[in-house]
Parts: sequence; C-alpha cells; structure tokens
Amino acid sequence: MATRKSASTPASKANVSKDELLAYYKDMLLIRRFEEKAGQLYGMGLIGGFCHLYIGQEAVVVGLEAAAKEGDKRITSYRDHGHMLACGMDPKGVMAELTGREGGYSKGKGGSMHMFSKEKHFYGGHGIVGAQVPLGAGLAFSDKYKGNDNVTFAYFGDGAANQGQVAETYNMAEIWDLPVIFVIENNQYAMGTSTQRSTKSPSYWGRGAAYGIEGEEVDGMDVLAVKEASERATAHCRAGKGPYILEVKTYRYRGHSMSDPAKYRTREEVQKMREERDPIEAVRSILLTGNHATEDDLKAIDKDIKAVVNASAEFAKESPEPALSELWTDIYADEIPQHDA
Amino acid sequence: MATELLMPALSPTMEEGTLAKWLVKEGDTVSSGDIIAEIETDKATMEFEAVDEGIMGKLLIAEGTEGVKVNTPIAILVDEGEDASNLSASGPAEEAAAVEAAAPAPAKVPATAAAPIVSKSVEPDYPAGTEMKQQTVREALRDAMSEEMRRDDSVFLMGEEVAEYQGAYKISQGMLDEFGPKRIIDTPITEHGFAGIATGAAFGGLRPIVEFMTFNFAMQAIDHLINSAAKTLYMSGGQMGAPMVFRGPNGAAARVGAQHSQCYAAWYAHIPGLKVVMPYSAADYKGLMKTAIRDPNPVIFLENEILYGKSFEVPVMDDFTIPFGKARIWREGTDVTIVSFGIGMTYALEAADKLAEEGISAEVIDLRTLRPIDYDTVIASVMKTNRCVTVEEGFPVGSIGNHISSVIMQKAFDYLDAPVITCAGKDVPMPYAANLEKLALVTTADVIQAVKDVTYR
Repeated sequence: MATRKSASTPASKANVSKDELLAYYKDMLLIRRFEEKAGQLYGMGLIGGFCHLYIGQEAVVVGLEAAAKEGDKRITSYRDHGHMLACGMDPKGVMAELTGREGGYSKGKGGSMHMFSKEKHFYGGHGIVGAQVPLGAGLAFSDKYKGNDNVTFAYFGDGAANQGQVAETYNMAEIWDLPVIFVIENNQYAMGTSTQRSTKSPSYWGRGAAYGIEGEEVDGMDVLAVKEASERATAHCRAGKGPYILEVKTYRYRGHSMSDPAKYRTREEVQKMREERDPIEAVRSILLTGNHATEDDLKAIDKDIKAVVNASAEFAKESPEPALSELWTDIYADEIPQHDA
Repeated sequence: MATELLMPALSPTMEEGTLAKWLVKEGDTVSSGDIIAEIETDKATMEFEAVDEGIMGKLLIAEGTEGVKVNTPIAILVDEGEDASNLSASGPAEEAAAVEAAAPAPAKVPATAAAPIVSKSVEPDYPAGTEMKQQTVREALRDAMSEEMRRDDSVFLMGEEVAEYQGAYKISQGMLDEFGPKRIIDTPITEHGFAGIATGAAFGGLRPIVEFMTFNFAMQAIDHLINSAAKTLYMSGGQMGAPMVFRGPNGAAARVGAQHSQCYAAWYAHIPGLKVVMPYSAADYKGLMKTAIRDPNPVIFLENEILYGKSFEVPVMDDFTIPFGKARIWREGTDVTIVSFGIGMTYALEAADKLAEEGISAEVIDLRTLRPIDYDTVIASVMKTNRCVTVEEGFPVGSIGNHISSVIMQKAFDYLDAPVITCAGKDVPMPYAANLEKLALVTTADVIQAVKDVTYR
C-alpha cells in the first residue's frame, strides 16, 4: 500500500502565489489574535466553563482548508475556535457564543465546545473525546450516499487517536470507501499526558495501515506543507478511493484548558517551539524575504485583524443573554431540520 | 432399538417451527453428524444434524409442515434389520399430523392469547370498519420500514446482520433484495462506531434506521444516542439535529442471562431530546414505526423478542401511522387502572382477565410511547378508578412506574384511595436458571396481588 511520510525538507514554495501566502498569514493571525482575546475575556470572567485555545496550531486548519471546496464538511473536538474561523464563520458569532449570549452561533446554549454552522458546513464542536470521528465518517457517508464528491475533514487529537471508536471508524470508513480525511492534530499532549506516555505505537498515521487506509505525517508548523498534504488527501477522497489519514505534527503553546497547571512540560520546551517553529512567523518570513510584502504591509494587516477581533469582543459583551424562554426551545424539532444538500 | 428424533429447539424462544425439507429418505443410512433436515423457525433456517447412527425408519412429519411443536417426534431411526413398517410415534406426533393437515396454515395465532382482546383507543387509530388482517409483530415492523423506504430515498437501514443474514431476528427479511446493499447495510460488530456514523449521516441529511441486535449492545453506543443524537439540536441552537431511529429488541428474551436481559425503557425515557417508543401489539409496532421514521428527532424504538412472533390484528391501510403521546385503553374497567407498555401488557391483560373472574374490573392502559407520555389518559382513568398499579419488566428503582406514580400523586392525589403500586422486574441481575428467571421477571401473579392490595381485597 502506498503510504508516505512527509519529506523533512520544507514544502515547495515555488507554486504558491503572493495572494495565497497573504491569505494564510491573515487567517492564521486572525485565529491567534482571536484566541488571545478569548483568553483575556476568560480572565475577566466573561467566558465561563471550559475554554481550549488553539494558539500554536493555526497552520493545521488553515492549511487543510486551503484544499476545501464548497460543500465540504468539517467536524472537530472541543478545541474548535480555530476551525470555525478558518472555515469562514463570523468571529462575532463565535465570540458571542463564548460569552453565552444571544448573538452566539448556538444562541448561547452551546458554549465554547458546542458551536455549529449549517451555512459553513461546520458540524461542531464535540465535547466527548473521539466522538467526532464516527460522526465525521457519517457525514462523509451522507455525501457518498448522495453521490457527490464532497469530503469531510474529521479533526481529532493524539489523545482521541487512542479511543476505541476511532479504530471502529477506520475499519468501517475503509470498508465503505467513505470520503473522510482523518486529521490527527498531534500536539504531543493529551491534556497533560505526552504521547510517549500514552502509546508505544507513536506513529498515529501508520495505524491506518492495519485497516488498509493510506496516510502520511505532515509538519503542522508549516502551513504550505499542510496545504500540499490536504491537496493529496482531498484528491484521494474525491476520486472515490476512500478515507485518508493525515497526522499533523503540531504544538499547543497554551495549556489544555484555561486551568492547566503546566507541570507536565518545561517552559523551555514551549519557548523553543515558539521561537524556532512558529507557523505565523514562518509565513511572515517568506513574505518578507520573498519581497511579497513589506513590514508596513504586514503592520496594516495586523491592525485590521486586531480591529476585527476587538469588534467581536465588543459584540460578545454587548449581545444580550438569551431570553429565559430559550431554556425550552430547540429540544425537539417540529420539522426535519433543513440540512445542507 | 428404534430411536425417536424430536423437533429441536433452535433458539431460546422457539416454541415451534417448520420442517422445511428432509435431506434423507426412508431406508437411508444415517451417521452421526449427517444433516438430515432443514428446520425453519420464525428467525432463521437451520440445519438439523443426526446425533445417532442408524437407518431412517420412518419420516413422521412431511416436509413443508408448519407449526411443528418443539419435542414432537419427527422421525424414527432404526437399527439395521429392524422392521420400520409398523412403527408409529408416541403421542404428540398425532397432533403434528393434524397441523400438517391444516397446512398451509394462516398467520399463526399467538400461543399465549386465549381469546382476542378487544381494545379501545382514546381516539381511534383508524376509521371504524377498516379491513383488518392478522400479522406478526415481525411482519408489521418489516412492512413499516419497507413502506417508509419506498416513500423516502434518504431512509436506510444499518446494523449487524440486517442484510445478507436477513436480520438476526428476521425483521429485515427480504429487504436486501428489494432495496439493495446501498440502503440495507451490514456493519461489523462495532456498535459504538456505527451508531456514531449513523448519527453523523443524520446530521448530513439522511434518515438512518439503526438496528441494534439487542439494546443490551447499545450500551456500547449510548454516548452517541445521548450526547450526539439527542443533544445536538439544543447545542446548535436549533440549526441541526439527528432525524433517525435506533431500534431493536429490548428486555429479557428467555434464558439468555444477565447481560442480554435488561430493559432500557426508563434509561432512555430520562433523556430530553429523545423520543421513546415501546409498543405491544403489531398494529402499534407498525403505526408507531412509520411515525418514528418520519419524526425529525432521534427515536428510541424498544422492541421485544418474545413479541416478534405474536400475531395481532393490523389495519389494512395505504398509510397507517399512529401519533406519539397517545395511550391506548385495551379494556375499560372501574375498580383499578393498570398502566403498562411493551411486553408488560401481556401480564397486565392476563391479570385483568383473571381479576374479572373474581369480580374486579380493571382498566388496562398501554402507554405505547414513554417520551412523550400520555399523562392525561392515565390521570383521567385514575380519577375514575381511584386506584393504580403499574407494570413493567425493567428494574424497580427509578422505573417508569415510579415516575407515573409520582405524577399521579401530584395531579390526582385527592382521587387516590390507595398508594400506587409499581410492579417491576426484581432488583437483581437476570439469573439463568429457569425457575429463578421466572421469579426475577414481573409476573401476572405479581399484578394480581398488587391489584388486590390496592383494592383491599
């Protein structure tokens, strides 16, 4: 079976246009600034409960989305803010959901871990580790059943990769040739348990071979490498060849959630990753050295993004809490919810 | 020495079967392990092997004979040189022969139903004068699913052995032929995974029917039933949900032990976002299954293996559906209200018959759906009879009966002349031994005693 491990050399940059590079830069920066703002609002008590930030992992979703087309679906875990922004959901609606307000994507009833967008084909936002994997395969099942060539991106972490239901899903996805890309965001820690401590089979993508699923490992700190892998994966699925696994090696700078004691890894480890492998800095460097943009251009972009994020925070503070009557709505549907065709 | 070969019991609930085919003829030599006949039960066709050696002396039951009771002699094996010409079977063979004479048998009458029970729906489920036919619960379920699959291309059936095996309990018999492998889908034995995939498919706009071989196995998958299917509509602010049916046999069958004999009615009835159906009669199975498939919410449809083979009157209609949340009054009475659902109705109705002989008039209500529950019908009845007994097969703690009795206390306290008694399964894991199993299940005697207690007789 053709399986591959990504080359250690950086992805080719020759066939990437200036516009694409700028788009990746903006998309990643939006996620980073948004998450920093969410962290602030959490500290101010405006966001409650659990809040899992995506800082450090931005290149994963931005690179994956680069190969998506209209009608493709995505589903992920509770660390979902980045995925929503990357597929074009409105930062205001996301931030207002974090603050539990009426203007949030779920009218304040879902929270950080449970947001959805029918319009953007974003299917959550799931809080039970690993549950999104069969759900994602089911979304792919629906596309195959309908006979279109859309794919589903089912994101999960190295922690979820050990779940039994993931193995069950691999098996069925391959039997039924489901057009699903299993994206393992390997940020090396399942909460506080490092991959070294949670498995003796650390090649997560390689496990696909046991089920006959092709896959590869990708440098998740290099958005161009992720994009190229996403192109291979989506082409594979759209061609009717069944599922594909991408193990994207990434790193989360922040804690698992806001209440992380940070005792399981050294400050130096985090610092080294930030300094040497930051995905946003990498694109910034390509833009500057390739004369695609000037420092001033990038400053202007930073300023625009800050404005978008600040506006989302303002909206999230000003949007009212849901009406008390909302407690009793959306428990049962009267009619079949209108799904994406 | 002649040996009688008896009709074998090929499953825990088999009472009778069809002798589909003889693979030997009289005079053939038979060795241990030879396949001598094909026996068809309501679940499957199975091969019957010889255990002893000998010569097939006489075939007592002709092939094609239906309704051959378990343990009826079906053939006589003789030793070499033994004369088989004037052999005849001991007692039960004559009965079997009578059955044979009556073949082709019409739809079988349930073995336990003495006389037809006349029922009254609160509002009738079908117009008066509708033509009726006898149908088993199994056939009613298959018809309901097939009709809905013809009506809506987005409906499909997924589960273990639903396709090529024709259903572990033959519910989906013939459906693979009609609808093909795209819509009748065999899964590996991975409940957690396929329940999640089906739920995702429902998010994606399809209408899955998921068959669990039994709801005991659905415990492997329950996270998806509750966290994924039931809660997504709410968590998404009404944007997307899971229009789908999870169905399969629930509760005790017969002699299958603790891990295969649990009733989950109260578990699922606890969950907002789910609808829960647990029918008794074939007509209700049909009408409620069709409604379940059309419902835009996740529906838990709790069936019963023992009921699969029972026959009831089913209306002959192009499109027979029954709305959820509507109880059915099976018999009217004045002294006590018996509230039950699913197989519990068997005991409720039997008890009502026996109580009638003693001059106690019981009103018997079949809830049919447990979410929503038709409280109004129960309360109205209790206001009339002033006494209530609930009957179910599940465990007693946190049971449906507990819930019903609490609602009655809140809404009809002043009407009660006695405490409400909940008859449930005993508070023990299901034992295997036949005598203990009988004791662990709710019984007709339990119901009769409870009625006597609340009527102070």
